[in-house]
Amino acid sequence: MKVRDLIEKLNFRLITEETTLDKEITGLYCGDLLSWVMSRAKQGNAWITVQTHVNIIAVATLVEMSCIIIPESIEIDPETISRANQENITIISTNLNAYEIFCKIYELGLR
Amino acid sequence: MQQKEKKNSIKLEFLVAKHDFSRAGEASSNIKKILRQLGVDSQTIRKVSIATYEAEMNIAIHSEGGKLTVWICPSHIKIIAEDKGPGIEDIDLAMQEGYSTAPNQVRELGFGAGMGLPNIKRYCDKFTIQSKKGEPTILDMLIYTNS
Repeated sequence: MKVRDLIEKLNFRLITEETTLDKEITGLYCGDLLSWVMSRAKQGNAWITVQTHVNIIAVATLVEMSCIIIPESIEIDPETISRANQENITIISTNLNAYEIFCKIYELGLR
Repeated sequence: MQQKEKKNSIKLEFLVAKHDFSRAGEASSNIKKILRQLGVDSQTIRKVSIATYEAEMNIAIHSEGGKLTVWICPSHIKIIAEDKGPGIEDIDLAMQEGYSTAPNQVRELGFGAGMGLPNIKRYCDKFTIQSKKGEPTILDMLIYTNS
């Protein structure tokens, strides 16, 4: 499953530029404590977080996440979006909550 | 570090400003990019990334500012994180997972989980911490490469 599938098949909104949509999603990780996420999330994971400040881009870059998914249409700092574009990190937004995102992506076939 | 080793290493230095959360994470991201360009294996890169990120955030959150110095050698990566104080009163307590002195406004951003120092210790092959109340904190970290 690629990042592109979340946008095309699940109608998630693409917030950043359309440059990195072909990254493979290796799994889904949800968490808001950055140190915890740093040490537990795996390369290629799509990361669901309610944090929207610029430091999430550093975490996503260091872990090499496939994308960041912001749930429940939380507003995202413009600085975060511009840093994400610089670092080639895709940010996606949806009005679903974390549980609903897990369900949808499971239904789409991610195991 | 031995003189011969120093000759064969690349030295990098990054300043970390106090409370500058918008730039915090840049040093560790840059270190990671350089390691990637040098062809260092990804397991080593992950360990260095976690250690440098945590050290960088600790300096930004808790100190008066400081710097990260990294030596990249063929067999290992050495990192020194040094700040300008105010020092740690009880190092044993600071090393306990879940213990944090971070203020609430920082915790709301997802920092201050009390995992920084324990994460550094877990991901380094060698780790020492030196600090006292009113003095700088110095972390000395070493990670062996898989080459």
